[in-house]
Amino acid sequence: MKKLINDPADVVAETLAGFAAAHGDLVAVHTAPDYVTRAGGATSGKVGLVSGGGSGHEPLHAGFVGVGMLDAAVPGAVFTSPTPDQIAPAFQAADGGAGVLAIVKNYTGDVLNFETAAELAEAEDVTVRTVVVNDDVAVEDSLYTAGRRGVAGTVAVEKIAGAAAERGDDLDAVEAVAKKVVANVRTMGVALSACTVPHAGKPSFDLTDDEIEIGIGIHGEPGRHRIPMATADEITQMLLTPVVEDLRLQAGEQVLLLVNGMGGTPASELYIVYRRARQLLEERGVEVTRSLVGNYVTSLEMQGASVTVLRLDDELTALWDAPVHTTALRW
Amino acid sequence: MTLDVAWAVGWVRASAAAVLEHRDELVELDRQIGDGDHGENLKRGFTAVVAKLDALEEPPATIGDVLKLVATTLMSTVGGAAGPLYGTAYLRAAKAAAGPTLDSAGVVALLEAGLDGIVARGKATTGEKTMVDAWSPAAEAAAKAAADGAGPREVLRAAAEAAARGAGSTAPLVATKGRASYLGERSAGHLDPGARSSQLLLEAAAAAAEPAP
Repeated sequence: MKKLINDPADVVAETLAGFAAAHGDLVAVHTAPDYVTRAGGATSGKVGLVSGGGSGHEPLHAGFVGVGMLDAAVPGAVFTSPTPDQIAPAFQAADGGAGVLAIVKNYTGDVLNFETAAELAEAEDVTVRTVVVNDDVAVEDSLYTAGRRGVAGTVAVEKIAGAAAERGDDLDAVEAVAKKVVANVRTMGVALSACTVPHAGKPSFDLTDDEIEIGIGIHGEPGRHRIPMATADEITQMLLTPVVEDLRLQAGEQVLLLVNGMGGTPASELYIVYRRARQLLEERGVEVTRSLVGNYVTSLEMQGASVTVLRLDDELTALWDAPVHTTALRW
Repeated sequence: MTLDVAWAVGWVRASAAAVLEHRDELVELDRQIGDGDHGENLKRGFTAVVAKLDALEEPPATIGDVLKLVATTLMSTVGGAAGPLYGTAYLRAAKAAAGPTLDSAGVVALLEAGLDGIVARGKATTGEKTMVDAWSPAAEAAAKAAADGAGPREVLRAAAEAAARGAGSTAPLVATKGRASYLGERSAGHLDPGARSSQLLLEAAAAAAEPAP
């Protein structure tokens, strides 16, 4: 394992220290317990938006703290959900008196810890609602699993719910729009190589040079199918087709197309995937009206990408376009 | 005989030692079907528990106090799924063992409460390749031993032996709960790391009840 780290045990603390030093104008980093808030703290009267999960997915989630998006983010250990005693103070710090919406990715650890934290915060008179993101279509039969995972679609949920909160929507409305995004966003990912979690010291799974994993999550866990390496166009089709079919997209519909890098894939390759995904959508008569290409929900240095499609209407488009000012997303 | 606070403290220290000794094994089991953090997370949690025990000015008054300290510390330091699951297990066990001593029926109540906590939090049942596959047979074996008139030490021994068999039985199973469930059929052939760590903790409980050599 070669990594630019000191001690595996210090990775998260030193990441946060650097993040705080670099972006003090935008964010405030709290330690013991660790969580990140906007530099000015909670906005009075505004619904607070909180998300979090294991570290190693940067810029998710701390990179999305700021005006128009999250009020607080809670980073756990690498690939390990944060603990309730981190999350509950983040709920309190994000509460401007209008309640808090927690955006949680559907992983067992995240769901359990946010659930426990919500109970703790409620005991301190903070109203907490939770929206679980489960956009990963790779999980074929949710009856026999912990359900579909929450992956790159989380960015769209955080951006759009964040815009709704920023314009002054109440908790019911922010929760409703977040659920609307969850209902209309789907993702499928591929890994060309595994990543190495610092404390594990070796790759989280073994792939030979001519194998890829189709249908991965974002924690380095293998996907459902291991297949021989193929061309970018073939892989893009394997990712996009189940997404489009699950959404039951019809000709004439408008979408956001997000091609997300897993951390170890260059932008050039992401654009090659984007190009093909867009062609395939247009061949079906689907209009791509908004796009995002880059590393937003990563798995350390894993090579790979995911393709996310969000069905748009006028409301979601306007909220996506609303100003955002965070370290990782800004317009 | 009955078990006292010294047993509970001994259980905690034996658990920490077992987790430390098997840290790499648990990481490797979890790497095969999960994300490879189970051993590290439990090591972090139990190291914190022992530090808190060592920092106490007075020993805890009841078994429940010891278990509550374990529960709150694991909840606040472990993370992942194991943090809330073990945290809830020890919290429920603490409530079931509120007094200074435990007889055989008390041990059974403690184990059943721990199992109930894991089931309530994780919404899992036996056969899903989880911690429940170790805890459920352990609680059953404990109840049977107690009904047969065994003392607390023998009850714990029966529970630990059943937990070991239960953990071993997870190898051929296909996971339907937790991270391993995403592997589907590919999860078969690997021990469940949560069941294995549960076995270690229950064996530590039995070891702590044995007379000092």
